[in-house]
Amino acid sequence: MQLLIFYILAFGAVISALLMVTSKKPVSSAMSLIATMVFLAGLYVLLDAHLIAALQLIVYAGAIMVLFLFVIMLLNVDEKEGRMAGNTILLQFGAILAIGLVFIMMVSLVKSGGTLLVFGEGADQFGTTKAVGKLLFTEYLLPFEIASVLLLAAIVGAVILAKRRIDDPDQKERIIPGHKG
Amino acid sequence: MLADMIESIAKILFIFGMNIGFFAPVLGWVERKQSAVMQDRIGANRADIFGFTVIGLFHSIADAIKVLTKEDFIPTGANKFFHTAAPFISLVPAIVTFCVIPFGGRYTLFGHDVNLVISDLDVGLLFIFAFSSLATYGAVLGGWSSNNNWSLIGGLRASAQMLSYEVAMGLTIIGVLMVYGSLKLTEIGVMQENFFRWGIFMQPLGFVLFLTCAIAENKRAPFDVPEAESEIVAGYFTEYSGMKFVMFWMGEFLEIVTISGIVTTLFFGAWHLPFITDQMLLSFFQFAGSNGASILAMLVNIATFFIKVIFFIWMQMTIRWTLPRFRYDQVMKLCWKMILPLSLINIFITGLVFLR
Repeated sequence: MQLLIFYILAFGAVISALLMVTSKKPVSSAMSLIATMVFLAGLYVLLDAHLIAALQLIVYAGAIMVLFLFVIMLLNVDEKEGRMAGNTILLQFGAILAIGLVFIMMVSLVKSGGTLLVFGEGADQFGTTKAVGKLLFTEYLLPFEIASVLLLAAIVGAVILAKRRIDDPDQKERIIPGHKG
Repeated sequence: MLADMIESIAKILFIFGMNIGFFAPVLGWVERKQSAVMQDRIGANRADIFGFTVIGLFHSIADAIKVLTKEDFIPTGANKFFHTAAPFISLVPAIVTFCVIPFGGRYTLFGHDVNLVISDLDVGLLFIFAFSSLATYGAVLGGWSSNNNWSLIGGLRASAQMLSYEVAMGLTIIGVLMVYGSLKLTEIGVMQENFFRWGIFMQPLGFVLFLTCAIAENKRAPFDVPEAESEIVAGYFTEYSGMKFVMFWMGEFLEIVTISGIVTTLFFGAWHLPFITDQMLLSFFQFAGSNGASILAMLVNIATFFIKVIFFIWMQMTIRWTLPRFRYDQVMKLCWKMILPLSLINIFITGLVFLR
């Protein structure tokens, strides 16, 4: 039963990932990427990582991809724009890199004898919010904090890029109090 | 094993029957009749069967027949696939999210442990957020795929509004999670057995902010700018008719029910009556034997839960017909400049209280 669900989810993920790359319309591409993420969330559920699955749906499928779609729709991106057709060297490099990564993963999978997860103490607690939270705030506190600082820097950068400049004459009339631009 | 299966099927049938069979059609009637009463009109009263109108309730049946026989219209130049998929994307999350909300406690019936929630997930609350965030795509794709500028504007408004309020909504309930220390909705429900431990007393600000965000997330007045009739025809579902239109509409009504369920579970004691613990309820019904007492207590708890849910549905309907629509920039300002900072302050104060 579990194997069947795994195959359905895995094939769904691969097929929608292929659709994302091959489809010509930007909105179809974005929707295929969302489908891939939903299937991946299903795979996380199979691996007992419920928290990660929920976060995958909330953060990636729910928030980030909505922004993608928003931008695509707002700019009304045409299907002719933004193709990488001419840049063959870059494409070749990317393909080699991807194949190399898959190879490395396969080798490590075979070497480990098919078992990637080693359950220690509290295996029944695996993947619960409490277990993940405890790990994040004790053993992996430093990487967690570094990631937070990185995100904070990104937020500050976004605010600086997006804010209206008071000394900019073009935008001066838009910041008069009471006047709605 | 068999008992487990029967229990699961019974719970699923009960919740689906309650939501799709009862709440969705009846709320359609309530929406009209309540608006009529509030605006000093008579409201729907014409549909009758053998002369009986039952204060317009038969309009639900008439609506169903009308919708099923209506032409399914797809405008030229529309993207057929996404135009068809959008109503499903907005309806399915509304149906699915109710399965982590407990509508009763735990009971022992004939030696079998019954837990009145369809799926008792460890990440219960996050599950609701995950699926309600997917509902955004229904509105966005519906607006984009219709090949209509009003629809596109509606879709754009919906995407920005729902995304913003999702962020704020996530922060408004952090206080509740800090108080109860769990994401599991059944655990949160159990911890509210004591009347003075109800969420509304622990997190009054959190309740107001959450309800505001939830109504905005559901795109209902006063936050219905994505479908503002006076500006953009009907927004993202301008080009929808027949069954597909009704799916958007049902999604909206089912989300009202889900919001009421979450509010009841998080802030208003879930299935508990005030001042009455589960033990008191069981001993009160002791005359019916231990199984009979369990069944009676279960029925009382389910009734309590749904009465609370119906109260919050009524409250949302009243808000919807009381307040005029906000302007779009006001909606966004309310989210980012008022609700977000207030919820952060709420988290901070809750943290201070716990540190003390």
